[in-house]
Amino acid sequence: MSAASRERTSLWRATRAIVWKDLTAELRSRELLSAMLVFALLVILSFNFALDLDPKTRGSVTSGVLWVTFIFAGTLGLNRSMAVEKDRGCLDGLLLAPMDRSAIYFGKSVANLAFMLIVEAVVLPLYSLLYNVNLFRPGLLLMILLGSVGYVAVGTLLSSMAVQARTRDMLLPILLFPVTLPVLIAAVKGSAGFLSGLPLTDIQPWINLLLVYDVIFVAIAFIVFDYVVEE
Amino acid sequence: MTDSSPPLIQVTGLVKRFGLKTVLRGVNFTAARGEFVALLGPNGAGKTTFLRILASLSRPNAGEIRVAGHRLPQQAAAVRRRLGVVSHQPLLYGDLTAEENLRFYGRLYAVPEAEARIAELLRLVGLYRRRRDLVRTYSRGMQQRLAIARAILHDPEVLLLDEPYTGLDQDASAMLDDVLRQVASQGRTVVMTSHDLSRIALLASRFDVLARGRIAASVSRSEIADTELLAFYRAAVEAPAEEVRP
Repeated sequence: MSAASRERTSLWRATRAIVWKDLTAELRSRELLSAMLVFALLVILSFNFALDLDPKTRGSVTSGVLWVTFIFAGTLGLNRSMAVEKDRGCLDGLLLAPMDRSAIYFGKSVANLAFMLIVEAVVLPLYSLLYNVNLFRPGLLLMILLGSVGYVAVGTLLSSMAVQARTRDMLLPILLFPVTLPVLIAAVKGSAGFLSGLPLTDIQPWINLLLVYDVIFVAIAFIVFDYVVEE
Repeated sequence: MTDSSPPLIQVTGLVKRFGLKTVLRGVNFTAARGEFVALLGPNGAGKTTFLRILASLSRPNAGEIRVAGHRLPQQAAAVRRRLGVVSHQPLLYGDLTAEENLRFYGRLYAVPEAEARIAELLRLVGLYRRRRDLVRTYSRGMQQRLAIARAILHDPEVLLLDEPYTGLDQDASAMLDDVLRQVASQGRTVVMTSHDLSRIALLASRFDVLARGRIAASVSRSEIADTELLAFYRAAVEAPAEEVRP
């Protein structure tokens, strides 16, 4: 083991600690999850009343409605997750630790992903009930997972940048939506494909796009995060 | 409590700019092992900026910094392992208990035998009985004492304190004094900023005044009487720039 690696807490250990901290604090306060859930449920209900559609047309909009809900609720979570660290000065506490600072990125990303998946796990059965659509298909669940990973991977990085600004609540969506457009398009198309029963070969390009996007943005974040959080 | 070994903190020609504004204009600073340096200066003098650079939270525009023989920013992780920082914000999570907060930081610093160390520190700062209470239920004074426990959890050689008395009442300040005295007596090098001269006079072994972006004056505790401290500070702050240029 080199001298430099002895000085640093391992990336894995630090990441686990941050995930544990975020989940424990959130399970206790339920600040973030409740805001995300209420927002997601309101969006779903609003669409239910706004789109007074016949069952056939409903099927065709399901994918879009779901992803709009996930992404809006996700943005709310991403913004607050980093703002909590900044407002309480705790970001400095994390930055002072002798570890690779990308542990902060990975820790926050995993926690953000967990919160987003919890919201999705609540939204899916509710949507199924309201719209009478069966959403529990392995392919659709895979698309939701891959899309959420991509969205959180970029969102956590950009929320770390936006949190430094006074206009962070407005800045994050402005930065986030153009960058995550490929994720959104691939996720909506892929999800719609699974819902309408298209063969896997037709959906495969969207899955590939999401996989590539996820890998590229996690790698970029790993490389640049130290510079993003530096004063 | 100084010795003849090389300084634990050595800063040479430190410059920091924020846009067009130059806050630090070639600061030279040293602190020996075991020294308690009071860093004084008016608002906006750059005390917090200086401490943030020492803590590797901010990058300087020029200058050389060594902490315990490690260079910043090249060996930032090694420096961070040797540093504890207390600022006017406690850097604690309100939705975790005192014990959980320290456990979390213990994991980030890979503290060996963390549970025993956490119990020892909670006793030191007088919070052992409240260890399972959420930090958001603590008073400001209790949070600052816990912040000190957090800062020394990994047994750092250097402690940086930035206005730790902010928002504390007399009783809480006196308790913090006791804790700081114990912490300093363990051989740590302490650099502390404060506006409270009477309070800092009881703790520090040296007084440096940061004014006009430089260390304008420096005096050791043995060279100055309590009654002269205010006059020394005012003279350093009000002196024309050319008189204090190194």
